[in-house]
Amino acid sequence: MTTTNPEPSVIAAPPITQISPGAWVKKNLFSDWFNTILTIVCLGAIAWLGYGLLTWIFTQAQWQVVPANLRLFFVGRYPAPLMWRPWTALGIIAVSAGLTWGILARSTWLFNRTGLIFLGVLAVLFVALSVPVSLNTSLLLLAILGLSVAAAFAGQQIGQRFPTLVSWLALGWLGIFFIVFGLIRGGLFLREVRLDDLSGLLLTLLTAIVSIVLSFPIGILLALGRQSNLPVVRWMSIGFIEIIRGLPLITILFMSSLLVPLILPPNVRIDRVVRAIAGLTLFSAAYLAENVRGGLQSIPRGQSEAAKALGLSAPLVTVLIILPQALKAVIPTIVGQFISLFKDTSLLAIIGFAELLGISQSILSNPNFLGRYQEVYAFDTVIYFCCCYAMALASRRLEKQLRTENR
Amino acid sequence: MTQAQTDAVQPEIGSEKVIIARDVEKWYDNNFHVLRGVSLSVNKGEVVVVMGPSGSGKSTFIRTFNALESYQKGSIEIDGIKLSHDLKNIETIRREVGMVFQQFNLFPHLTVLKNVTLSPIWVRRWPKAKAEEVALQLLERVGILEQAHKFPGQLSGGQQQRVAIARALAMQPKIMLFDEPTSALDPEMVREVLDVMRTLANSGMTMVCVTHEVGFAREVADRVVLMDSGVLVEEATPEEFFQNPKEERTQKFLSQIL
Repeated sequence: MTTTNPEPSVIAAPPITQISPGAWVKKNLFSDWFNTILTIVCLGAIAWLGYGLLTWIFTQAQWQVVPANLRLFFVGRYPAPLMWRPWTALGIIAVSAGLTWGILARSTWLFNRTGLIFLGVLAVLFVALSVPVSLNTSLLLLAILGLSVAAAFAGQQIGQRFPTLVSWLALGWLGIFFIVFGLIRGGLFLREVRLDDLSGLLLTLLTAIVSIVLSFPIGILLALGRQSNLPVVRWMSIGFIEIIRGLPLITILFMSSLLVPLILPPNVRIDRVVRAIAGLTLFSAAYLAENVRGGLQSIPRGQSEAAKALGLSAPLVTVLIILPQALKAVIPTIVGQFISLFKDTSLLAIIGFAELLGISQSILSNPNFLGRYQEVYAFDTVIYFCCCYAMALASRRLEKQLRTENR
Repeated sequence: MTQAQTDAVQPEIGSEKVIIARDVEKWYDNNFHVLRGVSLSVNKGEVVVVMGPSGSGKSTFIRTFNALESYQKGSIEIDGIKLSHDLKNIETIRREVGMVFQQFNLFPHLTVLKNVTLSPIWVRRWPKAKAEEVALQLLERVGILEQAHKFPGQLSGGQQQRVAIARALAMQPKIMLFDEPTSALDPEMVREVLDVMRTLANSGMTMVCVTHEVGFAREVADRVVLMDSGVLVEEATPEEFFQNPKEERTQKFLSQIL
């Protein structure tokens, strides 16, 4: 592109597939005087903010608080002699993730450029985080990363050999969840760690994952119940959804921690964590039900008519025809719901749990680290962002994979 | 319905009645009287074309045959089974009655092959291999074999409608209902669908078609009926219906579409 278009947005763009960076800049940033001013102003603002942030990160912030408390951040007050169990769990997850990746990418390149950059960033991050703690931690983390990459290659081979394995991945992850949970929690021949003693990111992840996994089927059932022909089922679903949606989450959490023990008979005790998870699950399920209902309503009536005309029974019509399409249509909203559920676990800090945010507060009350608010919360921000962005990426991948139109 | 029957020269129309509708009346929820006592019986192997202006209740009428529409008065008997409100009964009848819709209504999240094998596997409980074998035969018959692993969204309208016909046939129904199967198609695709329907009619399938395709009705139908305002106005052989209609309403209708 050598000629300058006065208004590129109005004139139909010629079919150019590759344009030089210079032309791109000219076209998108400096096309006319107004855009030029806008570009300069924005660049100035970004530079100013970036400069401030970088100066703070590299000269003013006192980061010792993070490596000194790294273990607290991640696994909280998990008993030190049992630390091998979270490590093993991390290893299992890393290997499974690698295998999954390999199986999914069985017929393409395992690592394209973005993938390699991602791995590199991860490795640097691991080292930067763990070197101040101890060299062993650093080596362990890198070893796990290496294991994960090796597993990806193995997964690719396995995936090519057994392509049907893909449909078992979800079930496999459910199994892995139980293994990891058992490992963390103990029981049987392992020393038991009480659920209420878990803290840190470990607790955040546990509450978030369990709530997400449980609220998904409950939400679907509520959505179906709301559309049911049976009046009692319909009324109960509507009543539940509307009551829960009418309450702030924090109220539900307070009720689960304060009210439930009062109502239950004195000899029945439920772990606080379990009660909190129940609260999160019910809350999330009510919202999910409404999202799913939106999906159900977006499916044209002809779909269920065609399925019925083929002789399928009502439950089969729902399970085979309507639900798969409805869920596919609302993946973005559902994942959005899960992301917000993940962030909502931080409310547990208010009712006295030491999850990521709670443990941060107790770190801040340690006299050695008084006043290190910015550093600690900046670190929390990064962790929350990484987890949420990972979910967003997974959702995008899922959408791409399930797209059946114009492939 | 098997492959062998397809090659039969000219099927005989039996005297056995497979559809008997007597004085069917239906009101919509807003009290609109859409069917005002419609009676029709269809013999085995017969092809009946239902014509009529839009809003005449013709689609609603044939949709009562497989209980996609309920009715309040009268009776319908399909293949010797009285249509009642009992769900089991309705599902039994739906197994024997295939239906093709104006909007195709293929399942967009399943491949063409899975669209066709879905109900043989889940309703007839056929093993997957058998269902796929039959499905591929049917897809070959309607000329879509090479598209079997594509998704419906990747096919043209005419191809989608042919898949829909194959999907209905996969259940090996005794009766096929066509609800304006070519109305949503681009003109150049109408023929490929009508060709499939013609072959099907020649193979001895009992068919009830709501359609505006006069050529198809003349050539393939054993009987043509006209519906208007929820009433069955005229019932005649195609020759009589198109050359020499008795009712004034039919003459008026024909003058509008011919």
